[in-house]
Amino acid sequence: MTDEKLLKELNDFALDIRIATVECLKSRGFGHIGGSLSIADLLAVLYGSVMRYDPKNPKWPERDKLVCSKGHAGPGVYAALALKGFFPYEELKTLNEPGTNLPSHCDRNKTPGIDMTTGSLGQGTSLAVGIALGDKLKGRDSRTYLIVGDGEAVEGLVWEAAMFTAATKVTNLMWFIDWNKKQLDGYTKVINDHGDFRAKFEAFGFEAIQLDGNDIAQLYDAVTAPIGDKPRAIIMDTVKGKGVTEVEETFSNHSMNVPAEVFDRWLDELRARKEAQR
Amino acid sequence: MSIVYNGSNDSKTFKDVFSTVIPQLCEKDPDVVYLDADLMSCIGMLKWAENNPDRAINCGIAEANMVGIASGMASAGMKPIVHSFGIFASRRVFDQAFLSAGYAKNDITVIGSDPGVCAAFNGGTHMPFEDTAIYRTLPGATVMDVCDTAMLAAVLEQSKDRAGVKYIRVARKNSVKVYGDDTEFEIGKGKLLKEGNDVLIVASGIMVAKALEAAKLLEAEGVSAAVVDMFTVKPIDFELLVQWAEKTGCAVVAENHNKIGGLCGAVCEFLASRHPVPVEFVAVEDEFGEVGPQDYLEKRFGLTAEHIVESAKMAISRK
Repeated sequence: MTDEKLLKELNDFALDIRIATVECLKSRGFGHIGGSLSIADLLAVLYGSVMRYDPKNPKWPERDKLVCSKGHAGPGVYAALALKGFFPYEELKTLNEPGTNLPSHCDRNKTPGIDMTTGSLGQGTSLAVGIALGDKLKGRDSRTYLIVGDGEAVEGLVWEAAMFTAATKVTNLMWFIDWNKKQLDGYTKVINDHGDFRAKFEAFGFEAIQLDGNDIAQLYDAVTAPIGDKPRAIIMDTVKGKGVTEVEETFSNHSMNVPAEVFDRWLDELRARKEAQR
Repeated sequence: MSIVYNGSNDSKTFKDVFSTVIPQLCEKDPDVVYLDADLMSCIGMLKWAENNPDRAINCGIAEANMVGIASGMASAGMKPIVHSFGIFASRRVFDQAFLSAGYAKNDITVIGSDPGVCAAFNGGTHMPFEDTAIYRTLPGATVMDVCDTAMLAAVLEQSKDRAGVKYIRVARKNSVKVYGDDTEFEIGKGKLLKEGNDVLIVASGIMVAKALEAAKLLEAEGVSAAVVDMFTVKPIDFELLVQWAEKTGCAVVAENHNKIGGLCGAVCEFLASRHPVPVEFVAVEDEFGEVGPQDYLEKRFGLTAEHIVESAKMAISRK
């Protein structure tokens, strides 16, 4: 990535996404912090530069689509959407309130900008394949971006969808594995080791790239490189809870329930970094 | 409506209807797309599919993925029609049908072929006695149990533009012909096939012809039976149901399905709240399927006109 201005812009955006995510979760006092923060850099690249969309017309058929199959990372995606003007920033504070547009897990019928309903792990993968195929049949040049959790990738459906993606060369769909090493009960390696993601996706017929998933420049380059005749899978080596030291250092950080002052401490850290980035 | 029932088999098979109507729908409507999981040839679609690869997607033996893909396509504006055997099209895919399609408001049509004893030589592993019950629990779903080819053509056409998840359970081979090809069907409206005063027989799928046969047998014994084809199990036509339950004062429900949760359950739920009358069931007891010729299995599981006659007399005696 050679565009220093864009790089700075995206790094700032990633930090803003993290701040907005923490503010969103603070409103309820608990939620899926770890997996929301690990994908903040990818969300910054996609919504900050790569994806084609119109916040005033969120259902615009020609838009690019994001399927966050690890639907519990909703708060992270909501943060990016609010910052891009899909809905007012203040609405982030309605997370999980009765009648809210922002449920824990992504819901395409509730939240402007959420392209698919997810949360039952694995299901987003097939849905993303369907969106990409549907766009092709409709003659659109839209692209679909699919984020899959590493813990989620134990679901068999993920591999059914992966096999289909590669076998039928669904090249307008890009896969991302958020390899943040942990799931609800602990380390993925301990619970049901998924082995070498890159080798697996390559064996399935993908162009598989492994990179630092918390590095904006690496992500940008991998996402924007020209697509050949194989669909691309990007294995993102990430840190669960990335960007907030205390969350990164907490073993059980899938979902955290902490007092408001702790959230404030996390916000202080993020805001201090933002100040330093100026 | 014309009823052409005389007990003889249809010259057309359900396969004939699939292989004619689905291509027609695709031709008329650029949004229709057909997906299968390695059973295209079983419903006569393989040849057309090979010539129309954009509109016919063979997902391989991965039914759950197929329903997820169909749901995603629906969100992109397509009108997917999905097929597999009933066991896979219900049990195997229900999580996807429920969430990816139903909950996410992605409208798809699911065809589950070989319902109940129609699975015959594929045996117990392939014999869905529970698919209607499963789909009835999906909010907003439409559940249909199809009895003949005229009906299949009509419901296929209507389903593609209907909101929600549509589940069509239907055999593949031929069946007893009940309706003339000019018959009009409206999803959600039952068909009154015969008026009667003493007992109401509510049937669906392969049991409709048997209900008409039973009504004839009852007539010979001086019992006047009304017969309703309740092909839309959900949403059920409760007005027709209540009207004829009031008139006759008792009912028999006949279906090629476990008596738990299917048409029997649906009829009783509505009658219990609107107009309680004695009801008897001609349906599969709480059992798994088994292998054999369909006529053997019909007797084995008590799905015959004679069982309907006996149950009708029992219902009348309980008035």
